[in-house]
Amino acid sequence: MRVGVVTFPGSLDDHDAQRAVRLAGGEPVALWHADADLHGVDAVVLPGGFSYGDYLRCGAIARFAPVMDLLVPAAEGGLPVLGICNGFQVLCESHLLPGALVRNDHQQFVCRDQRLRIERADTAWTRDYGQGQEIVVALKNGEGGYVADEATLDELEGEGRVVARYLEVNPNGSFRDIAGVSNARGNVVGLMPHPEHAVEPGFGPSLDGLGFFTSVLHQVVNA
Amino acid sequence: MPKQEILDPQGQAVAGALARLGLGRFTDVRQGKRFTLTVEEEVTEEVLAAAREAAETLLSNPVIEDVVSVRAQQDVDSVRAAEDAR
Repeated sequence: MRVGVVTFPGSLDDHDAQRAVRLAGGEPVALWHADADLHGVDAVVLPGGFSYGDYLRCGAIARFAPVMDLLVPAAEGGLPVLGICNGFQVLCESHLLPGALVRNDHQQFVCRDQRLRIERADTAWTRDYGQGQEIVVALKNGEGGYVADEATLDELEGEGRVVARYLEVNPNGSFRDIAGVSNARGNVVGLMPHPEHAVEPGFGPSLDGLGFFTSVLHQVVNA
Repeated sequence: MPKQEILDPQGQAVAGALARLGLGRFTDVRQGKRFTLTVEEEVTEEVLAAAREAAETLLSNPVIEDVVSVRAQQDVDSVRAAEDAR
């Protein structure tokens, strides 16, 4: 299973994501934002960081990168895509996922070990978790507040597309404590916290993040 | 401009600062963005249409922001000078 990890200028968790793929038993493939080629990968991770400096809005310029011209239709066709933090912002700006991410309500950058509940355990990236399972992974963001209009939020809840929810503390003002969402099909998942920082003994708060990277290895993809 | 139903933490921070400056009569502040696009040609309806497209595809995110105005400023320098004089 070859899992592509896209590097944008300003990506900073791309190597962590590659490492997580390797530790899960997959083969990480480095993809470059300006390279209009997915190199036949079976899944793609859009990693955390600050693509293009996030000068306009987080993910707004990255969304138009050449690699995205291929990734968007591939994702619409079923290719598993996980966007973590900045990657989640890129997926929202690409309209692969609904809603948007805005500056934290308390206006400060937040960095903490965050408890989450996995609300949807049948996506390409969450199959190895139990429905309702609680995990603790790192969270670090300045613009991590998930927002959408009420109708969209109701639709997400109604269709069971909230993938993960913040527990104990809402760290950034996300509406309805939403930490991650998916598309209807469940192959595209966006997540604000960082599972790739919780995959290895001695680093991070737990090993709870590994499940995202092992889950996708079970996928049979015809993208 | 940020949509009314979207939280605007930046605007709230500004509102708090205004209150501390004794300007608390302003009960709400919304902070938006303004872009000035320059062309080396006459600003025609076609150019304005292209600017609207830029505003709606890249400059704003329709999920959280509204484009409130796209208009011509035939002579950017004089407009800027007038603004600076205000």
